[in-house]
Amino acid sequence: MRMLKFLLQKELKQIFRDPGIIRVLFIMPMVQLLILPLAADYEIKNINLGVVDQDHTEYSRILTNKIIASGYFKLKDYSPTFNQGLKAIELDKTDLILEIPPHFERDLVKDNQATLFVAVNAINGVKAGLGGAYVQQIIQGYNQDVRMQWIQAPRYNPQPTIDVTYSDWYNPHMNYRVFMVPGILVMLVTMIGSSFAANNIVREKEMGTIEQINVSPIKKYQFILGKLIPFWMLALSVLTIGLIIARVVYGIVPLGSYFTIYIFASIYLLAVLGLGLLLSTYAQTQQQSMLVSFFVTMIFNLLSGLYTPIESMPAWAQWVTKFNPVSYFIEVMRMVMLKGSGLMDIRFHIVAILGFALFFNGWAVLNYRKRTG
Amino acid sequence: MKPVVVENIVQKYRVKKTVVDALKGISFTVDSGEIFGIIGPDGAGKTSLFRILTTLLLAESGNAWVDGFDVIKDYKEIRNRIGYMPGKFSLYQDLSVQENLEFFATIFNTSIQKNYDLIKEIYQQIEPFKDRKAGQLSGGMKQKLALCCALIHKPTVLFLDEPTTGVDAVSRKEFWEMLHRLKLQGITILVSTAYMDEASLCDRVALIQKGEILSINTPGGVIDQFEKPLWAIKANEMYKLMNAIKDDPAVESCYPFGQYHHVVFKTQENSKQKLENIAKGGHFTNIEIEAIKPNIEDCFMALMKD
Repeated sequence: MRMLKFLLQKELKQIFRDPGIIRVLFIMPMVQLLILPLAADYEIKNINLGVVDQDHTEYSRILTNKIIASGYFKLKDYSPTFNQGLKAIELDKTDLILEIPPHFERDLVKDNQATLFVAVNAINGVKAGLGGAYVQQIIQGYNQDVRMQWIQAPRYNPQPTIDVTYSDWYNPHMNYRVFMVPGILVMLVTMIGSSFAANNIVREKEMGTIEQINVSPIKKYQFILGKLIPFWMLALSVLTIGLIIARVVYGIVPLGSYFTIYIFASIYLLAVLGLGLLLSTYAQTQQQSMLVSFFVTMIFNLLSGLYTPIESMPAWAQWVTKFNPVSYFIEVMRMVMLKGSGLMDIRFHIVAILGFALFFNGWAVLNYRKRTG
Repeated sequence: MKPVVVENIVQKYRVKKTVVDALKGISFTVDSGEIFGIIGPDGAGKTSLFRILTTLLLAESGNAWVDGFDVIKDYKEIRNRIGYMPGKFSLYQDLSVQENLEFFATIFNTSIQKNYDLIKEIYQQIEPFKDRKAGQLSGGMKQKLALCCALIHKPTVLFLDEPTTGVDAVSRKEFWEMLHRLKLQGITILVSTAYMDEASLCDRVALIQKGEILSINTPGGVIDQFEKPLWAIKANEMYKLMNAIKDDPAVESCYPFGQYHHVVFKTQENSKQKLENIAKGGHFTNIEIEAIKPNIEDCFMALMKD
């Protein structure tokens, strides 16, 4: 114990003496938490709209105005023919063309039916899908408005329709920040956990100081604990800073308790630090360990459900996420923060993460050798 | 049992498909309280040998005992008893002098106070800088600090891997004086170096080359083994002179040494005569020829030839 105390003392001294580490540790999460959630926005706004109006009537003008007034679209092009409108898409001036055919108003009034044509630039699939859907919704609304004006006290609907009403649970205002911030927080804690400890050990290898440690009677577990504990504490303090930012800046107050988050984060960090440790036993230079941990955390983050829902991934990728500790933590964060889940609700997640922690640390301890050959 | 016993140690490194023999079956013993020098050029296998003896590297085959303990089975015991100073400065550069010393004292379960008398003389020289970070010390100071850290737990055997490489002449001399004082305290010292002139400062030396020991003897004994007369020759046209000498079939070896070329003949008779003849044969000016006493480097060159 005395030995461990001194090891920790030495490690903390070194960490706090390195202005670079402190800067990265505390400024990076702040900047990322303040900038990323604002930028990583799922709502598509500012879709550039091109209108090809061949009708030039009151009805076509109302429709165009209605679409622009929705706030999602910006009218960027107004062409007399479809071909000219298409040119605008080709030049990337517009993302979507709404073609209003000749006699639109006449057909609508006379035949009770008219057609519209929507062409979408589908290079960005999300934008295309959402843009198309928005336009459709607006046109539907427009259609209803038009019909309302004509209605003459009908006794019943000529066509039975199903009207769907939404109620958004857990995130009633569909605020994507509430969804993103906990996830980004997990990403940050993961990056710090997996690369800082690994780099630190590899640095001892590079500097040759590990030789001096290896010839000493110091025990393997003492050395490893001496490396894990400081970074475990650092990552938890970064998490704390992150939670404070989430509360102060974004007003995100977890429905569940902070206690649950910290319990899970403590176990989770054991797993991530174990992974870092494992990398460090293989890497010979800081460059190697940086690159590998960068690669691993990137894969983990992309396959974690942070940006894209796991449910929409192909089956094999869904299986991969089962072996990804990050996806568990993101799920837990969202469960605790948005749904107010308690320890009982996340017990399976805890068991899974404990498994990861044992696996990574066990492998690392087996692979860490005080001597070679 | 003697403090260090090495029997037939073999070490190989595999680089892709080629096998490099770092040590080809080395055996020697070191007596208690002596300074034993391992002298050889870079790549001779000195560091591999040290890493095996300090339990950092497992030898391919062979046995070795340090302080009576087997380097493979009883490595834990050995780690308590030895001091190791690697060739590369390997203390924490971002910790201060005192913090480094305290740290190494702690990981060996001791304290600075307990063994202060052992390091006192050396530590006093760096004490004025005790709050300075180790990375900001000069080369000589770093060596002194590293030696302090290696000594802080009062080891019985001290392994110094090229301690004087990259250190200025004055610091080198001081360093060797320190080693002699440590020897008086009963510490057995194994030191490796590529500097031949340091061999004479050891009690016994092992000359090592390409993983093989060429000779183990006292520095005086090594020199006595050199039986043929040695000549030093100098002229204004040194390079041409060397070629001329090397072309002569009677010459065994000729190599530059400072301002002179050292020349050894295959047979001892009339060697001065022969050398003078060679010198006269070419158009050399300011010729000087002298019979000299061989030093360790000459012996090493001769042994390498065999």
